[in-house]
Amino acid sequence: MIEKTLKGKPAYWIWLAVLGMFIAVGVACYARQYLFGLGLTGMSRDVSWGLYISQFTFLVGVAAGGVMLVLPYYVHDYKAFGKITILGEFLAIAAIIMCLLFIMADLGQPLRALNVLLYPTPSSMLFYDMLVLNGYLFLNILCGWVILTAERKQVHPPKWIYFFVYLSIPFAISIHTVTAMLYCGLPGRHFWLSAIIAPRFLASAFAAGPALIVLACLILKRVANFDAGKKAMNKLVTIIIYAALLNTFFVLLEVFVGYYSNIPGHKHSIEYLFFGLEHHGTIYNNLVPFMWTAVVLNFGALGLFAWPYARKNNEFLLGLSCVMIFFALWIDKGLGFVFAGFIPNPLHEITEYIPTANEIGITLGIWAVGFLVVTLLFKIAVSVEHEIEK
Amino acid sequence: MDNQRRKFLKLAGAAALAGIGAPTLVRLSSSSALAAEHGASAEPHGKTIDPGPQGIRLGMIIDMRKFTEQPMLLDRAVTACNEAHNIPLIDSAKSEIKWIWKTPFENAFPEQSSYHMAKNVKDSEFLVLCNHCDEPPCVRACPTQATFKLKTNGIVAMDYHRCIGCRFCMAACPYGARSFNWEDPRPYIKKYNKDFATRMRGVVEKCTFCAERLALGLEPACVEACQGTGAMVFGDLNDGQSEIRQLLDQEFAIQRNPSLGTKPSVFYIV
Repeated sequence: MIEKTLKGKPAYWIWLAVLGMFIAVGVACYARQYLFGLGLTGMSRDVSWGLYISQFTFLVGVAAGGVMLVLPYYVHDYKAFGKITILGEFLAIAAIIMCLLFIMADLGQPLRALNVLLYPTPSSMLFYDMLVLNGYLFLNILCGWVILTAERKQVHPPKWIYFFVYLSIPFAISIHTVTAMLYCGLPGRHFWLSAIIAPRFLASAFAAGPALIVLACLILKRVANFDAGKKAMNKLVTIIIYAALLNTFFVLLEVFVGYYSNIPGHKHSIEYLFFGLEHHGTIYNNLVPFMWTAVVLNFGALGLFAWPYARKNNEFLLGLSCVMIFFALWIDKGLGFVFAGFIPNPLHEITEYIPTANEIGITLGIWAVGFLVVTLLFKIAVSVEHEIEK
Repeated sequence: MDNQRRKFLKLAGAAALAGIGAPTLVRLSSSSALAAEHGASAEPHGKTIDPGPQGIRLGMIIDMRKFTEQPMLLDRAVTACNEAHNIPLIDSAKSEIKWIWKTPFENAFPEQSSYHMAKNVKDSEFLVLCNHCDEPPCVRACPTQATFKLKTNGIVAMDYHRCIGCRFCMAACPYGARSFNWEDPRPYIKKYNKDFATRMRGVVEKCTFCAERLALGLEPACVEACQGTGAMVFGDLNDGQSEIRQLLDQEFAIQRNPSLGTKPSVFYIV
């Protein structure tokens, strides 16, 4: 089926070339970082994780979001998702590949990465994260490929594959739960030390993942003559709305706990994110404009989704609301959540984090790899679909 | 011979082989009591029955009363550590490496109120370093066991050759005790000590309670720098006869953020 990626309209090749350019820049930036060290990033002794780990955290959610297609289709036999479930699985593959690349980019000694396998440490959440991420990647490649091959031959998929399909559902939940546990089990980091982190991660994942699928469907409809079907799209939007509402609710609960308990440690990071934190006469507020943008985008998107015309009859407005909710969640989890956890540091000093150009170059390069993988996989899926229709 | 002493003698053995420092080591772990009063320590209801819960657990007292009297000891201790461990002097808060450093009370003890604080506490700086916790969160977080607790003495140690540089331990440490080599540290080493390994870029490092000096029967470099002043006292927290325990029995001492359950081994007499 791989040969399907080799045939396409000029726009397809131009898109691949653009992504290739970003990847090339990313590779060059990474070469610089590899030779000099992580000092080329904006990370510091106080903010020891930056864009790489925050992107990783966000993208684990995008990967887990695929389960919002797999679960209704396979467990509840929701037929309308028949055509697009494969897109969810393929999106998960691309997202996990990005996650693994972001982890590698973040390691100080990348050549020693296999030490995680050589000295397995069950007390470390990173050990489990490695297991579930690779497991979920493997399951999605296996299920996606076997089912698409069967579809192409127009036969039923082999029975044994369903075992792996069902197995992939708890795996999807587990990747984001374990990723939340990387943060929420650390003493002394008040912002992360909250049992609601895992549910909040899952809620935002189940909005961000499907939002990306809706966007992909809208684009594929235009460029590849692939129609996901109105019923499927409407159901996806319903899923996004509920998940985004839950996420908003969970975030507001965090705000309540911080401000009503009035415990400084619980308030500091929230204050830093939304209002700026005053410390020895200086106000630290780098992330404030981002967070309020996220708030506006989040409620704006929810408002648009609530308007039946926008979500059912106007593809532009539907696409716009999906872009808005995706960006809102990206700012919330892909920037704010990780960076604010380090502020203030354990000695109540404040160091702000500003990513460097080199770091952004690597980050964009890895995102471009993800878009490349998703483009190639979707191309295969859509081509197989067209082949059957003929 | 009880278990605790056997463990201790392992440590002492290294010193005896090296042929130096035996007296220091004896004082350090108060083994004068162990060596001289062998019979006494094996008294009827003595330690032969209950060797104590954890064997040797090394700890430290930082006596701020002494540091307030002689503030120059602070720099002496920090410099001794920097020189003993080839710590690069990087002039940037972003990339600096520090194992032991000075900081005001409100930063060392942010969970304590500094509202209407005694003037001498407010104006003096505290030494902070790795607490060598009994329940270290960094050890729990490390995915490769590159940081680990030494069973023989409770030191939280590092293997710089195994560390993959994921910095999970830095996020896990509630005391900000860990530093990362954001770039090659070697050009920043002012005074090279050939007896201690330099580190490479991309690994985490921190205070090791001078495990390498203890093996030679020497006290930690910072403690040695304050020798004779009693500003820093080092020894076995589980040995009732040790200097550190006798001081802890007499004086009220505090630990940094004890509510987190990490059980720090560094105590402060304010």
